[in-house]
Amino acid sequence: MSKHEKIEKNIGLLGVLVAIVISFAGIVEIAPLMSQASVVEPVEGLEPRNALELAGQNIYVAEGCYNCHSQQVRPFVDETLRYGHYSVAGESVYDRPFQWGSKRTGPDLARVGGRYSNEWHEIHLIDPRAVVPTSNMPGYPWLAETEIDVEETVASMKVLKMLGHPYSDEDIANAAASITGKSQLDALVAYLQDLGTAIPKSYQ
Amino acid sequence: MSNFWHWTVIIVVVLHLLAYLWLLFATSKKKTDKRSDNTTGHVWDGDLKEWDNPMPRWWLWLFVITIVFSVAYLYLYPGMGNFKGSKEWTSINRFETNYAAVTDARNKSFAGFINKPVDELIKDDQAMLIGSRIFANNCAQCHASDAQGAVGFPNLTDDDWNWGGEFDDIVTTLNNGRMGVMPAFAPALGEDGTKQVAAYVRSLSGIEHDAALAAEGQTKFGMFCAACHGPDGKGQDMFGAPNLTDDIWLHGSHEIIETGLYEGFNGNMPAQKDILDENRIKLVAAYVYSLSNKE
Repeated sequence: MSKHEKIEKNIGLLGVLVAIVISFAGIVEIAPLMSQASVVEPVEGLEPRNALELAGQNIYVAEGCYNCHSQQVRPFVDETLRYGHYSVAGESVYDRPFQWGSKRTGPDLARVGGRYSNEWHEIHLIDPRAVVPTSNMPGYPWLAETEIDVEETVASMKVLKMLGHPYSDEDIANAAASITGKSQLDALVAYLQDLGTAIPKSYQ
Repeated sequence: MSNFWHWTVIIVVVLHLLAYLWLLFATSKKKTDKRSDNTTGHVWDGDLKEWDNPMPRWWLWLFVITIVFSVAYLYLYPGMGNFKGSKEWTSINRFETNYAAVTDARNKSFAGFINKPVDELIKDDQAMLIGSRIFANNCAQCHASDAQGAVGFPNLTDDDWNWGGEFDDIVTTLNNGRMGVMPAFAPALGEDGTKQVAAYVRSLSGIEHDAALAAEGQTKFGMFCAACHGPDGKGQDMFGAPNLTDDIWLHGSHEIIETGLYEGFNGNMPAQKDILDENRIKLVAAYVYSLSNKE
């Protein structure tokens, strides 16, 4: 039996050897990034999301907004003209999970913070066609009637603190009081208004 | 990246390329005996044999060509750890070059009309076409694609302006945004007072109302509303306080006057100066101005 035949006839061995071969690409392309400061350091002025914004982020994920909206402006002229300054890695360090995405049924949201008024977002989330008649986004009217899950939000703050988000003990102690009674709509709007505000809006 | 990773990447890449070369030459040197029946000698299912058909030469050469290509590529472009490549190519450099070219081309295409005074600018078809497209991309989400607005978002095609309708006012609004706030008056007016003031406000626009209530509302209007909406209710651009005498209702219709008095209103137009440059602000302002100033 030749050496090659041994590998071909032993699926476990073949699997292990394939994994070893593929892992070289990972060592070259992925592993070095993890130690690269520009990728893991927050950009100047970036704050971890406050309790309300964090609750909004959790709603964003729970409602699957990422299925239609990306949050990554690529460094192409047409994208920066439409959405604003291209995204940089240091903006996403407090996004767990990150929301870059690659599916744009709706527009990219990486720089949506400050683009519209709170009132616009509220109307638009409840019934998108009230302000954009041609929109095919579904409405999310229940967000206005549902309160934020306070316990869950405080718990996710604590977990994020363990993962290295710079929340102070005071931030966590005050979190519950700052979001009690607020609707999910308030939280989601606060989150959207915070997106992409750490660096200049546009590249000019 | 750190020195450790820099060298790790280089060593792994170089060893790989060398290993591929070795594999190519080692296997090409290895001669297997041709069998008389021209098969590989493998037999499956009793009688299924494999034809010993050598790979075409040109196809084998592609292996060599890819290795040569990768050496040239890794010399020209970044790939070997911290080595920037002889062209010093980065995606951001490419973006900045393209961006400068686009900006340059745009400024050239604007040159024919951008310095015209607004009265001539609104007669320039090219300028108005560009203005309308900037509007569609940046303004239509709130003010609607026909610029007739929506509930809470002003109609820009009529002659009713909350913050001033002169060209310079529109430019200021675009640059800095506007923040309109009407506080909730329910605590001050109470239920009866709200009804009276609402009746008076309706009377200003000649809408059907209870005259007795309106008469009582007039004094309260003077106390609570006139500071912003003016003693005659005609509004003041300085505060973004709408004219209440023209039967144009920013928040839908006169039926929400009571709700507005109870809950207040917020209107916020976000500043655009960080999003659009001066020339594009000018063009879109001229377009908006043209909507209500066509002769």
